[in-house]
Amino acid sequence: MGRKRKDRLGALALLLPSAAAIGVFVYGFVGWTVRVSMSDWRGIMPDYTFIGFQNFMTLFQQDRFQTNMWNTLVFTVAFIIVCLLLGLLLAVLLDRSMRGEWLFRTIFLFPMAISFVVTGVVWRWLLNPVMEGTRLTGLNLLLHEIGLGALASPWHMHPTWGMLAIALAATWQLSGYVMALYLAGIRGIPEQLRESARVDGASEWQIYRRVVLPMLRPVTLGAVVILGHISLKIFDLIMAISPEGGRGFSVEVPAMNMWFTTFRGLRFGRGAAIAVILFVMVSLLVIPYLRYSLRREVER
Amino acid sequence: MRARRAFRQSWHYLLLAAAAAFFLMPVYVMLVTGLKPFAEVALPRMWHLPQQLSFDNFAAAFNVLSGNLFNSLLVAILGALGSAMLGSLNGYVLSKWRFRGSNFVFGAMLFGMFIPYQSVLIPLVRFMQEINLYGGLPGLILTHIVYGIPITTLIFRNYFATVPTEVVDSAQIDGAGVLGVYRYIMLPIAIPGFAVTIIWQFTQLWNDFLFAIALTEPRHWPVTVALQNLAGARVVEWNVQMAGALLAALPTVLVYIILGRYFLRGLMSGSLKG
Repeated sequence: MGRKRKDRLGALALLLPSAAAIGVFVYGFVGWTVRVSMSDWRGIMPDYTFIGFQNFMTLFQQDRFQTNMWNTLVFTVAFIIVCLLLGLLLAVLLDRSMRGEWLFRTIFLFPMAISFVVTGVVWRWLLNPVMEGTRLTGLNLLLHEIGLGALASPWHMHPTWGMLAIALAATWQLSGYVMALYLAGIRGIPEQLRESARVDGASEWQIYRRVVLPMLRPVTLGAVVILGHISLKIFDLIMAISPEGGRGFSVEVPAMNMWFTTFRGLRFGRGAAIAVILFVMVSLLVIPYLRYSLRREVER
Repeated sequence: MRARRAFRQSWHYLLLAAAAAFFLMPVYVMLVTGLKPFAEVALPRMWHLPQQLSFDNFAAAFNVLSGNLFNSLLVAILGALGSAMLGSLNGYVLSKWRFRGSNFVFGAMLFGMFIPYQSVLIPLVRFMQEINLYGGLPGLILTHIVYGIPITTLIFRNYFATVPTEVVDSAQIDGAGVLGVYRYIMLPIAIPGFAVTIIWQFTQLWNDFLFAIALTEPRHWPVTVALQNLAGARVVEWNVQMAGALLAALPTVLVYIILGRYFLRGLMSGSLKG
């Protein structure tokens, strides 16, 4: 056996344990979950009796699951839009400022270092739903004290728009990340481009609008995919703010429903079906982006 | 001209300061609540500064959570080391020993970091029960090592891609094999890569909630699960919860402040542009 060949086999052998682990723990387990999702497994003992798509049909007809999907939609839209706008604004401000960049960047980004559970526990008290009286506290109390009592809100306890309060906490945690992505993007734009626009008499505002923003499109795309898959999977944060998912599932999302249905209700078949739906939604979002990123990398 | 510029700058700083206030608000609440003596704690006075400093709340929270903090530390350190080790091997092979289909293997691995973990949870729990690792920390650590492979592989692949191929080639001419090149050429220059990876994984594993709640029994709970449980239970006062939240956040925040540069690189590599 030639040495080159031996080296090639050696390299593959180094990769093998990880490839096998991912093969089993990701692809094998997802396949297993798909099988469970088409079974009538209820209770502690596994039961793989095949029942086709019945679990999925039940889910789509259920008010609870429809509410879950609506909640995810409301959350995703609000969360992504606010994060992108706030992140871009902060990045531009930092790009334009002369001093204190390190300090501000550190402050905007530190929520990325802490867990959704910590964020949730704190925001649960900030978002206290009491709107007036002596038991007033949290953000509502703060609003009253600065004369904006009219803006007091039941927050996550609001029967229809509770998800927006959850999105507020999530935005607090992740908009700094979007800021970092945009700032890196802005810094990556050659200074000559902006300089030549300046020579042509463009105002700073026009330079951002005409030169910088169009070049940030790939960053925006990446941010939307990353924020999107986070919001489809959001679980820890709501489990800490509203552990029961609100009244009438008003702030419950599919990831939580899966947890309760499977491990509290012991309806493994139905729980697995929710997991499969989640998996499909995330895949539809992530796979095209992964292919796009990897191909772009090859071209470079 | 200069006046206009100064005016614009002050506007920038005003907006930046407002944003900073928004980001620091929860920290403020955690701190002032945690530092009040029990007697001073009252929900209507949530935003007031403490009149007397006291560590009652932190002591109480630490009493409840110390075991869980230790569990988190163990899981985060061992899990981070394990997945960094595997990631460095994979990154080395996938950047310096490319083969037909290596890009596909890389992509297939990478996908593992985006999946909703709910979609592997039922088999994972069954599997851990089968091999008798359900309930304790070893099973959780193993899980974190495996699901850490995608991100650690990504970081190391991008890191090793910057090492010139000639270095590898000349080492081979000198007689080094696959492992030799890894051991004597790649490992010594990979220290910063390890710093980035281990710091990132430490933070991620410390902050994990879903795997921990699915795989561990109460006495082995990491701090995130214990904290969530405190918040739901309503037996523990809110001030102790706040102090507990600060304790649970402290290790990763300290890592972030002290080693921010490495943390930032880990963060940015998660967006696939290494």
